[in-house]
Amino acid sequence: MALTIRIVAGSTAPIYRQIVDQITRSVASGELAVGESVPSVRQLARELVINPNTVAKAYAELVDSGFLETQAGKGFFVAKRRQVYSKSERLRRIDESIDQLVNHAVTLDIEPEVIVQRLQQRFEKNLKPAGD
Amino acid sequence: MSSIAISANNLTRYFGRNPVVRQVSFEIPAGTVTGLLGLNGAGKSTLIKMLMGLLAPTRGTCSVLGVDSTTLNSATRARIGYTIEGHFAYGSMSVRESEQLQSDSFPSWNPTLFQNTIDRFGISPSSRIRTLSRGQRAGVSIALTMSSDPELLILDDPALGLDPVSRRALNETILQFMEDGQRTVLLSSHLLDDIERVTDRVLVMVDGRILVHSSVSSFLERVSIWTCDSSEEPRQLPPVPGLIHAYQAGRRLTMAVVDVDQESQAAMVRICGQSLMRSDSSFVESVVAYLSRSRSSHSFLSKNPPATSTN
Repeated sequence: MALTIRIVAGSTAPIYRQIVDQITRSVASGELAVGESVPSVRQLARELVINPNTVAKAYAELVDSGFLETQAGKGFFVAKRRQVYSKSERLRRIDESIDQLVNHAVTLDIEPEVIVQRLQQRFEKNLKPAGD
Repeated sequence: MSSIAISANNLTRYFGRNPVVRQVSFEIPAGTVTGLLGLNGAGKSTLIKMLMGLLAPTRGTCSVLGVDSTTLNSATRARIGYTIEGHFAYGSMSVRESEQLQSDSFPSWNPTLFQNTIDRFGISPSSRIRTLSRGQRAGVSIALTMSSDPELLILDDPALGLDPVSRRALNETILQFMEDGQRTVLLSSHLLDDIERVTDRVLVMVDGRILVHSSVSSFLERVSIWTCDSSEEPRQLPPVPGLIHAYQAGRRLTMAVVDVDQESQAAMVRICGQSLMRSDSSFVESVVAYLSRSRSSHSFLSKNPPATSTN
């Protein structure tokens, strides 16, 4: 399946972050299967008309977090999920995001039930099996 | 990647008693695209002219491709492509004729690159330059500059007045030029969305000084925007560490801060109380915060403006 990445300049998310997020989501939803290749740095940079170093930075981060792996001379592939962090480190990292979410919810005056419900919806949407 | 394509050391230029470039120091590594941002009159073109050896510095030094700018000979100049603001071209010539004229002076002329570039701008080689649109004329000027296969390309506001299609063509052309990974581009522009796309690094120039020299992504990570409702009329703010710019619209007070820490957050809470909120900042907002400094009263800013510098 061809991977479609769309980026916008001028957004609050840096361009490399938009690439990371979209590939992460495609992997999580199964749209990109393990072992499938992603476009080369040069190819994606050309397609999106952006600086190749921006793509390289995104791919480096995806390799670091275990979403992609490189095979010398062959490019980047979706990696079999492996956890590079210990369980407690993973919890600590997710807690950081949760704290931010909770703060945001409190300042925007949104009830916890609404947040939980929306989170659930988000998970269902993202983890839908491929081809559905 | 260790070689330095452009460097400036304490570079200063006065016009009469007026300092236009003030104690500017930076290094641009080879193989990168750097965006030079600043309001009109910030000193961008003066800086570029000094780099090209067209204007002598009042103090300080600068060099391009390792050669002091005041001693550039024609052999070094031939390794640099430079377009001035406004894209000069001979209107009565055809595109092909101007290519011939230009290619005669450059032994390393690359006709394929020239053809690719004018194709991208939708220009036919037989057209008279006078009959081309402003965007296409810019295309010719850039094609003429790039096809001499320079190691360093310096473009002074190449996107000035371009339509969206020509802007895209310009971005593609710059990126294609960079594909071998060895060449270096410095371009000045006001089109911040395009700068975010094509550059790795930014230099932000305000009133003759470089306030930001950073990679695009770390720049974005370091600047944050904070807002709150202020019950009072606009007033002088007590100092906030790292404050870049603050403005009040109605009751909404907005502050842009670099490298926010507990101390600066505490200072903002003292001003705002509990209504203080962090909002996401975009590249454009972050740059505009710096550029706004020269237009705002400096009264609430610290004497030494916070500079954002990373390598």
